[in-house]
Amino acid sequence: MTTTKMSYDEALDRFEPVLGLETHVELGTASKMFCGCRTTFGAPPNTQVCPICLAFPGSLPVANAKAIESTIQIGLALNCSIAEWCRFARKNYFYPDMPKNYQISQYDEPLCFDGYIDVEVDGETVRIEIERVHLEEDTGKSTHVGGATGRIHGADYSIVDYNRAGIPLVEIVTKPIPGTDRLAPEVARAYVTELREIMRSLGVSDVRMEEGSLRCDVNVSLMPRGSSEWGTRTETKNVNSLRSVERAVRSEIERQGAVLADGGRIVQETRHFHEDTGTTTSGRSKEEAQDYRYFPEPDLVPIAPDPAWVAELKAALPELPSLKRKRLQAEWGLSDLDMQAMHNADAIDLVEATVAAGAPAADARKWWMGELARRANETGTALAELPITPAHIARVTELVASGALNDKLAREVLEGVLNGEGTPDEVVDKRGLKIVNDEGELSAIIDDVLAANADAAEKVRSGKIAAVGALVGGVMKASRGKADAARARVLILEKLGVSE
Amino acid sequence: MSAITRDEVAHLARLSRLALTDDELDHYATQLDAIIESVAKVAEVAAEDVPPSSHALPLTNVFRADEVRQSLTPEQALSGAPAVEDDRFRVPRILGEEA
Repeated sequence: MTTTKMSYDEALDRFEPVLGLETHVELGTASKMFCGCRTTFGAPPNTQVCPICLAFPGSLPVANAKAIESTIQIGLALNCSIAEWCRFARKNYFYPDMPKNYQISQYDEPLCFDGYIDVEVDGETVRIEIERVHLEEDTGKSTHVGGATGRIHGADYSIVDYNRAGIPLVEIVTKPIPGTDRLAPEVARAYVTELREIMRSLGVSDVRMEEGSLRCDVNVSLMPRGSSEWGTRTETKNVNSLRSVERAVRSEIERQGAVLADGGRIVQETRHFHEDTGTTTSGRSKEEAQDYRYFPEPDLVPIAPDPAWVAELKAALPELPSLKRKRLQAEWGLSDLDMQAMHNADAIDLVEATVAAGAPAADARKWWMGELARRANETGTALAELPITPAHIARVTELVASGALNDKLAREVLEGVLNGEGTPDEVVDKRGLKIVNDEGELSAIIDDVLAANADAAEKVRSGKIAAVGALVGGVMKASRGKADAARARVLILEKLGVSE
Repeated sequence: MSAITRDEVAHLARLSRLALTDDELDHYATQLDAIIESVAKVAEVAAEDVPPSSHALPLTNVFRADEVRQSLTPEQALSGAPAVEDDRFRVPRILGEEA
């Protein structure tokens, strides 16, 4: 079945989009939400399971204090109110991704509610209102076997790994977002980007979309221009990158525009995003909330966060990423464009840490955005994943500033560190990379070079000082780049009895 | 007037993926109706000053520290599974839903 689409521009001429975003964040706790199993990503199947997360009879869950704390921190960072008293609830559904046949979640009593964050798109600030932030447990992972597509339809059976079942999962739900108009896809992306950075700054999750620790469901509806009545929305799942968030919104606007223009109705349903084509296809019709038969979880007692504790957490919140970016941009004296480039490269925190380790901002930025960004790009790794630390970079800039290294040698040192040869000082020792500062050694090299280049030496002696460049080059070559070129030049001119 | 209709029981059975016969539906509808009516008697006793409760004990904030404890081995975890494949629980195909 092919999906008819309308061009984005035409859809936007006729309709106004209303967005809604549900984001799931896996918390980075050491143990699961209700039991002591590890939460390591990619562990062999069913090695991180126990009677509690497998729902063996008689087992009882107990809430992870750290997960509660992280959720409150998230709520506070998103300007939410924190519930004085709230409960977990059972969400009942028949599906083997939870061995209990229900998921412990929160229903009408979320831990955090009524917040907002501001995001910048095209130089404009858009306020995204947050409806709720609640805590639940993640589900297991099903693999569908048989059939042609590896999906449920046509599968013969499924096999399930419960390592992920029970990992604390925070769900962040926005209020409907009208008024974004043509910028809807960009606003959606900017929102998820900002959330990701807030989570990172709080240190509550590693927020890796490719590993599923940050997942986004995108709700889109359209209403005819001039109408104030919102249309039926669809919920698109399986949106696993920032770029996909943008593409999924755009694709749904184009699809819904075509359906509505043709006099059709939008069905309230879950749709699946396909990375390869950038389009969505129909999934199941959404179950009504009442079909989940929510009720208060009898195995867990209510949560009543101590207001003094909440106040403490609020006072200890780190500087929010958007404010921090503004401050650092001013401190470092960078243009919007340069700052945006660093932001896109995920280099800001690294440069900041390098500056904190003692390097000048310009040098720190030069290495991370130059040599190291190139290396990360070549090897397909994130900048932060390179086997080199801000402290290493700070040490290299220090060695350059003190004259012990020049830029060329510094690059070799970085190369050595990246290859696992040790710290910058160790690499300098092992590879013998220090600039030749010993005047005797340098003088001997110069004598050799002058003897081997008698013609050039004679030219300089007769006043053609420009010819000294070739001699300095010879010294650099003979010292394998370790000579201080400026010092070599002075010494050569001295030896030839020429003054400038 | 019954507290639960036969159609509602049929709907609940569908949500639970239970295939009930017409006779069973009649049977369970009657039984569930009696159960709900009995439980509803609590509401007659509870006055305005008795708020609805979900727990027998007035406890809050029972937490555990974020500490890792020993998990089962995959052999132990899967020992009770009706079917196993690749160290995973093997389950019948799931109809009418998309993961």
